[in-house]
Amino acid sequence: MARKTALYDRHIALGGKMVEFAGYMLPVQYSGITLEHRAVRQEAGIFDVSHMGEFLFTGEGAEEALNRLLTNDIRGMRDGQARYSLMANERGGAVDDVIVGRERADKFWMVVNAANRDKDAEWVKAHLTGEGVRFRDVSDDVTQVALQGPAAEKILSAVAKKEDIPAKYYTFSPDVSVGGVSAVVARTGYTGEDGFELYVMNAVGERLCDILDDAAKAAGVTLTPCGLGARDTLRLEAGMPLYGHELGEDIPVTETGLGFAIKKDKGEFVGREAIAGHVPEYCRVGARVAGRGIVREQCDIYSGDELVGKSTSGTFSPTLGEGICMLRIRRAFVDRPLEADVRGRRIPLERVELPFYKRPKKA
Amino acid sequence: MKKYTKTHEWTKAEDGVLYVGISRHAVHELGDIVYVELPEVGADVTAGAPACEIESVKAVAEVNSPVTGSVCKVNDALEGSPELLVGDPDAWIFAVQPSEAAEGLMTEEEYLAYLG
Repeated sequence: MARKTALYDRHIALGGKMVEFAGYMLPVQYSGITLEHRAVRQEAGIFDVSHMGEFLFTGEGAEEALNRLLTNDIRGMRDGQARYSLMANERGGAVDDVIVGRERADKFWMVVNAANRDKDAEWVKAHLTGEGVRFRDVSDDVTQVALQGPAAEKILSAVAKKEDIPAKYYTFSPDVSVGGVSAVVARTGYTGEDGFELYVMNAVGERLCDILDDAAKAAGVTLTPCGLGARDTLRLEAGMPLYGHELGEDIPVTETGLGFAIKKDKGEFVGREAIAGHVPEYCRVGARVAGRGIVREQCDIYSGDELVGKSTSGTFSPTLGEGICMLRIRRAFVDRPLEADVRGRRIPLERVELPFYKRPKKA
Repeated sequence: MKKYTKTHEWTKAEDGVLYVGISRHAVHELGDIVYVELPEVGADVTAGAPACEIESVKAVAEVNSPVTGSVCKVNDALEGSPELLVGDPDAWIFAVQPSEAAEGLMTEEEYLAYLG
C-alpha cells in the first residue's frame, strides 16, 4: 500500500493525476506536463518532493564519517553550504547520489533518493565509522517542497526576510521563518532553474503551501503546481542524472560524467580503490533526435551494425521542441554516427553537449 | 454513430470504410501529444492489433485497429499538427477498408459505462 505525503489531500483538491512512485502516491501531473514545464522555465512552479529521504548526522565525528562515506570532499565546507556527492559501493558503483549540507561543524544533513532511502539507511549504518557520530533517518517527519523558476525568489521574498534567504546556489539557511513557518531553505533544485527546496515538519506542510500560494499572489506571480512528469522533463533538459537511469549499483561512477563530485585523492572512502583503479569504458552523453520521434529509456544504441550502448533517459523536450535523451555508450563511439532502435525502427541521433538547456544569465 | 473499443479507439463507418480515431478519454490520459506515427496506406491491419503509435510527452501509446482489413487513407494533417487530436473530437487517424465485419464494439453509451 503506497503511502500518502502530508500534501496528499491538496494534490487531490488540485486535480492531480496520482500515481505510485517510490512507495508514495504522488501527482504525475495536474494541468499537463508541457504547461507545468513551461511555467517553471518562465515563472514559477511548486512540487511536492516529500518522498525524498532526509538523514541527519550529528556529533564531532560527523564530518570525518561523512567524508569516508561519500566520494566528494566534505571537509572544509562552510556553515550553510551544500554539496552534491555520490555514495559509492566497494565496486565503484553508486549506492545513491545525495546532497549534503553543513549546518555547523557537528551537524550535517543529507538528502537521498526516495527509492533508495531504506537501502541508504542500512548502508550508512553498516559503513559509518569513527567515534562521536550519530545518524538519524528523519524522512518520515519531513515534508519537502520545491519552489522552482525565475520568479521563485520574488515569491519567497514576500514571506521571508531577505537576509534569511540563501543568496547563492548550493547554500542554505537552517531556520527561516516563511510566513511564520520554520523551514530549512536551500537554494537547490532539480529543474535547471533558480529556486529553492524547503524542508518543514509534516504538520505544517499544508500551511507552507498555502503561505507560498498567498506569497505568489502578493508578488503578482503565477505559481503553478507541478507533478513528477514535469520534474523529469525539467531535470532531463538540465542534463541532471537520475538514480536508476544514469546511476546505479552496477554503473561505475567514473563513467557517469560526475567527476566534479569524485575526489579520489582526498583520502580513504568507501569505493576509493575501485574508483582509482577503474579505466572507464563507457560514458554518459546527451543526444538529440535528428528528425521525428522520441527515444525513451532502454533503447539500444547502434553505430552502424555495432551495438554500442543504451539510452538511459529520454523524452520530448518542451523547451527545444524535439526529442532528447541521455545515453550510456562506449567511449570509442562518442563521435561516431549514432542511431537508436525504437521498437524496431532506427532513429538517427546527434550528440550534443550536456546540459540541453541552460538558464539565461541574469541581466 | 461512433463505436468504441475497450482500448479506447473509436470508429465510424462512412462510404463503406471505417474511420478510426481515439476517444476523449484516451486523449486526456495521454496528455500532451507530440507525434502521431501514421500507418502506411495499403498496410494490412488486424482487429485488436496495433496499427500505429501516438507519442505524448509522458508515454507512447499504440493505436489498435478496431477491425481487420487494409489501411485506405491516413490523415496527413496529423503529421504536422498532432494537436488536432486534442482539439477536435472527430479527428480521425486512419481509415480501414474492412475485410471482415467488425466485432465486439461498444456504443457510446456502453463505452461510457465501461469507463465507469
